[in-house]
Amino acid sequence: MSTASTAAGVTSLPVMRALRLEQPRRAFVAQLMGLPVSVHVRGPRATGPAVAALVQQLFLALAADEATFSTYRADSTVSAIRRGELRIEHAGTRVREVAGLCDEATRRTAGAFSAWLPGPDGSRLFEPTGLVKGWAVQQAFDALCERLVDLGPHDALINAGGDIAVACARTDTPDWRIAIEDPRDRTRTLRVESLRTGAVATSGTAARGAHILDPATGSPAHGLLAATVVGPSLLWADVYATAAFVHGTRAVGWLRDLPTYRADLVAPDGSITRVIQQA
Amino acid sequence: MRRISYWVMSTFSALVILFSYHTSTNSMAAASPTPLTPADTGGSTGTAAPAATTNSTTTTTISGSYTGSQVNTRWGIVQVQITVVNGKITSAQAIEYPNDNFRDQQINAYALPILNSEVVTAQSANIDSISGATVTSNGYTSSLQSAIDQAHQ
Repeated sequence: MSTASTAAGVTSLPVMRALRLEQPRRAFVAQLMGLPVSVHVRGPRATGPAVAALVQQLFLALAADEATFSTYRADSTVSAIRRGELRIEHAGTRVREVAGLCDEATRRTAGAFSAWLPGPDGSRLFEPTGLVKGWAVQQAFDALCERLVDLGPHDALINAGGDIAVACARTDTPDWRIAIEDPRDRTRTLRVESLRTGAVATSGTAARGAHILDPATGSPAHGLLAATVVGPSLLWADVYATAAFVHGTRAVGWLRDLPTYRADLVAPDGSITRVIQQA
Repeated sequence: MRRISYWVMSTFSALVILFSYHTSTNSMAAASPTPLTPADTGGSTGTAAPAATTNSTTTTTISGSYTGSQVNTRWGIVQVQITVVNGKITSAQAIEYPNDNFRDQQINAYALPILNSEVVTAQSANIDSISGATVTSNGYTSSLQSAIDQAHQ
């Protein structure tokens, strides 16, 4: 062990990497919002009760948001808004915050994202689900990372149904390695994104069929098999991935203008277009 | 140890071939990959000779940065460096590559990051998480993410 510490003090990064001791790691899984949510924590106290309690707090926060925002639960605030019993301006702060972010998302995506989707009778109902997941997960994850600081430096990763946020407070650990699923064959991956901090979100039809609606037409979007967006925030990576999927092959021009986000678009013939913001 | 060296060498060769392919709009390069030699300690690349990290177990693993020999391709000299941690390539980068004209620069700016991720992916069961089209709770148990989670629970 003394070799490791002396070497780390004087030699270059690859040696430090080679000599680093692997940190304890633990994964936690809960089913929330109809999604599997896994949280991984890496660091000296990852397997202890304090970290487990903090992750439970994260799951509880997500469960609370689910109770407020679910469109499947008749007793949720959003269901009351959809039935016309409550106006958004009279709802709680979190609902108003989400409604505001939905409007911003519509602006940022040139209309490809909308929280007002046409229902079966053509009237538009409040449907913020597409934004709520990324927003709620990012907030709960940020809160977890803040609380982890008190336990010493730890890294963390959250995966909510295929959308991922990561953070690293340690400097002696490998990057988180996020594989991007191949939409043509879900047992394969297209590539691996190495990240220390940030988010990866993918929109596509591989898991649930054609469920992403184009707000302009109300019909399922097609044109791409999948869109993956990488960037600093899960909220926006998720919104942009959905919007890129809706934009289809026209997404390239729009994505190029997004600061700090980059994207992979998979066309039906399997070809991949990588869009990186121009410097 | 020897098996890993062969494997590292073959990956390295593949990398050089890949590189030649990407920078070429013509036929394959006549590049014959040369054997891989560990970088000198304190050399200009600032990397270390293979630092064998031996755990208290009997497993011997190979770690360190390795710089390949310079390879002459039709389009210029290519030299690749890989970082290996516990027998796995964690990064691969071209430290010398054709950069003479705008076309080279343009192709390489695109190809080099892909090259890195492809090489790392090629030997990778070593993944922390999967991003894909939204997985439902019903589909979770059969997912790769579920297998990864179980490995760490």
